Amino acid sequence: MNGRGLSVTLGLAHRQMTLLIKNPSLLFPPMLFPLMNFLAFAGGLSRLRHVPGFNYPGGYTAFQFVFVLLQSAAFGGVFMGFGIARDFENGFARRLLVAAPHRSGLIAGYWLGAVFRWSLVATMLTIVALIAGMPIGGSGVDIFGLYALALLVNLVGILWAAGIAMRFRTVQAGPLMQTPVFMLLFLAPVYVPLALLQGWIHTLASVNPYTLLLEEGRGLLAGTPLHTASAFLIAFGLVGFFLVWSLRGLRIAERAG
Amino acid sequence: MSAAAAEHDRAECRGDDATHWPRVPVGLVTTLGVMAGGDNSIEVEGLVREFKKGPRAVDGIDLRVEPGEIYGFLGPNGAGKSTTVLMLTTLLPPTAGTARVAGFDVVKEGPSVRRTIGAALQEAALDPMLTGREHLRLQAALQGIARDERRAREQELLARVGLSEAADRKVKGYSGGMKRRLDLALALVHRPRVLFLDEPTTGLDPQSRSALWEEVGRLARDEGVTVFLTTQYLEEADVLADRVGIIHRGRIVAEGTPSALKADVGRSTVEAIPAEEDERARVAEILLRFGDPTQASPKGVAVQLANSNGSLADVVRALDEAKLAIANIQLHAPTLDDVFLAKTGTSLEGAAEDDEQDSDAE
Amino acid sequence: MTLLLNQIGRIAWRSVIRTARQPAAVIPPLTFPLMLMAVNSNGLRAATHLPGFPTKSFLDFFLPFSFIQGALFAATTAGTDLARDVDTGFLNRLALTPMRGAALLLGELGGAVALGALQAFVYLGVGLAFGVHFVTGIGGMATLLLLAILIALGWAAIGVLLALRAGSGEKVQSQFPLLFFLVFISSMNLPRNLIEVSWFRDLATINPVSYLIEGLRTLIIEGWNAQALALGFGVAILMVLGALGGASIALRQRMERT
Ligand SMILES: Nc1ncnc2c1ncn2[C@@H]1O[C@H](COP(=O)(O)OP(=O)(O)OP(=O)(O)O)[C@@H](O)[C@H]1O
Ligand SMILES: [Mg+2]
Repeated sequence: MNGRGLSVTLGLAHRQMTLLIKNPSLLFPPMLFPLMNFLAFAGGLSRLRHVPGFNYPGGYTAFQFVFVLLQSAAFGGVFMGFGIARDFENGFARRLLVAAPHRSGLIAGYWLGAVFRWSLVATMLTIVALIAGMPIGGSGVDIFGLYALALLVNLVGILWAAGIAMRFRTVQAGPLMQTPVFMLLFLAPVYVPLALLQGWIHTLASVNPYTLLLEEGRGLLAGTPLHTASAFLIAFGLVGFFLVWSLRGLRIAERAG
Repeated sequence: MSAAAAEHDRAECRGDDATHWPRVPVGLVTTLGVMAGGDNSIEVEGLVREFKKGPRAVDGIDLRVEPGEIYGFLGPNGAGKSTTVLMLTTLLPPTAGTARVAGFDVVKEGPSVRRTIGAALQEAALDPMLTGREHLRLQAALQGIARDERRAREQELLARVGLSEAADRKVKGYSGGMKRRLDLALALVHRPRVLFLDEPTTGLDPQSRSALWEEVGRLARDEGVTVFLTTQYLEEADVLADRVGIIHRGRIVAEGTPSALKADVGRSTVEAIPAEEDERARVAEILLRFGDPTQASPKGVAVQLANSNGSLADVVRALDEAKLAIANIQLHAPTLDDVFLAKTGTSLEGAAEDDEQDSDAE
Repeated sequence: MTLLLNQIGRIAWRSVIRTARQPAAVIPPLTFPLMLMAVNSNGLRAATHLPGFPTKSFLDFFLPFSFIQGALFAATTAGTDLARDVDTGFLNRLALTPMRGAALLLGELGGAVALGALQAFVYLGVGLAFGVHFVTGIGGMATLLLLAILIALGWAAIGVLLALRAGSGEKVQSQFPLLFFLVFISSMNLPRNLIEVSWFRDLATINPVSYLIEGLRTLIIEGWNAQALALGFGVAILMVLGALGGASIALRQRMERT
């Protein structure tokens, strides 16, 4: 990416950030939802750790913290997809397409905006978890790994949502961005470890690639990582796949004018 | 809460006697308009509206519109036209002053006012998900038009505003002009005796514009409807209105028939364009004998004739005597813009408040 | 009276048409709670192994949540739609007709309640198809539907209240998460006596939504528990009355616009 391309990316990212700061109504729902889930799951369901077979060493708060952290990362990306769709709807995106020499820089700009927003959410979640007394078993490297993994999930989320947003170019496509992500996140060991799931949900969770990311995140937080290499491999694989998906979406948007 | 209680609440908040008006039988409402058609006037005295964190949008206006008259309310963006219309249509309470529409006080007798008037406000407030016909149907039902009359009324109005073909399409797909025309049809559903139109032609093409002028003229002429219409177009006020009020920063600065207003300003301008650029100064010198300099096109020279100092013929003769070749010479009769200029010191085009940018269609 | 009914009917007709023409507004409220029901009733099945858990089927336990969530979605739609009417001036157009405030409120609610009722039937049908067992039988199902529709009315009235106060769709959307928050810190996932964290248990206890859920739930898993039913219906009726009262005040202020 040359200098001009970079400046478009940074300019766009900057716009997303100011947009966010000036419109609390855009900032709060994405912050509130993960927090709500965290409180409801970690607070309301903690007795589940007494279910026979629950063997996660980090405690129930940590168990749910990882889920909610990854969820907020994924949905942070999806929320930015709404923004992209809105930009296409009201014509702002067309102006961007004219301005940018390398249009793929636009996706990077939106991603930086999404990262900014998610970093606020992640910080808040972390503080709340620490106040709630969440134990941290992992080393510094492990914890870094956890947040790096979440960052990749954030990237996958926005690439997916951007692909949809640019194909449909209307806010109406919102549910289409959200629902599959929601299904992917929840067809996983959300409340109890995989071994305690039964029936069809166990089958689906076992083949869901996201299950591995979630379990590895939990392992890193508790200091008992198991398959770090394969988790990152999967994460990068997803990034690569959805990068192609979103770039093709961009081409479609360009052709549609 | 029961339906009746809620109804009572709402009626009461408008200072209305809750027991009488809602009980008018459906059929009566429409005929009533004709029966009581005596007084369709609008009387306004000292009307003021202040916004909490804003200017005095309307700053003490007095006006009177006679029954069957078309009154043009002319002013730039932000002058206070829409605010006035909102107050006269009972949608916004005045801060001070009184206004009576068809003899009813807009504050104390809101329901009676609303029953007599029709209004097409500045933003054509339509539901994108409904079709044009469904809009008319909803409006007719809420206005209490008798069921057997509704269909005919619907067809008639659609035809009148030229939307018969588009009637079953969703409003989402209408153009700006189509929306405005539907808006007008909706305002006419219950045969109002007084009609308020807030910038009805903004965003219309010339053809639709003159069709609307025609229709408004017909309503006033044939049906005796009183029309209060706001506009920022001089031409519209000139062509359509029987009387014009010019509003500037919340005050009426001039009022009268278009011709009287222009006669009042009284002075025509002469503009001459010299054939040779470098003779401009000499042309100007001669023109200045006949009046005061005024704004001209880039290559031309213009003066506003001082009444007594001769006519176009005198100017031509003087230029001829000086042996000056003229490419083009014109006499401009005074326009409402001149009236505006004379009364406010700025021209209408330049007078809009800088913070205003909402005057486009819809 | 017939005129009023006629007007209510018209407004409701419009709100139903408008909702039906935006599939994006109908499909999520209908499907999302079902999805969550499918995922959670299986994902949380392990909870039934906890000592003291009142039922063997988590689906039986969890079904009431769908009614609450679906009604909340329908109310969001109603609120957003009404806020758009305020925003575009459509409400002004209505205010210029002899239409009465009561007709507007009840009509707008009519659309949301119709959607809520449709949802309630669908959830109940799906629940029964997947083996939910009602200890109270047919009478219990009818009572459950009644309470569910009352709850839908209550949420919708809150939606209308928010819309009239906020006057912009975006603001309404951003206030709704707060209502979801109320739902989340209730006894939706576990009975209150099994909630371990004391602050959460306390919040769930003072949270009226818990009693709505428990009122519905008792009909499925427990029987005719007079106290739970009285609390459920009581909270629902208070919610309807409170929100409708607030909404009519807000409407009056909206129309006065001082
Ligand atoms: N709700 C409001 N709150 C605060 N100020 C307002 C409000 N409505 C109008 N104003 C202000 O009152 C003044 C008059 O506005 P108004 O809408 O009446 O102008 P207008 O003549 O209709 O202009 P336009 O041609 O742009 O429609 C403006 O300065 C405007 O900013
Ligand atoms: Mg205006």
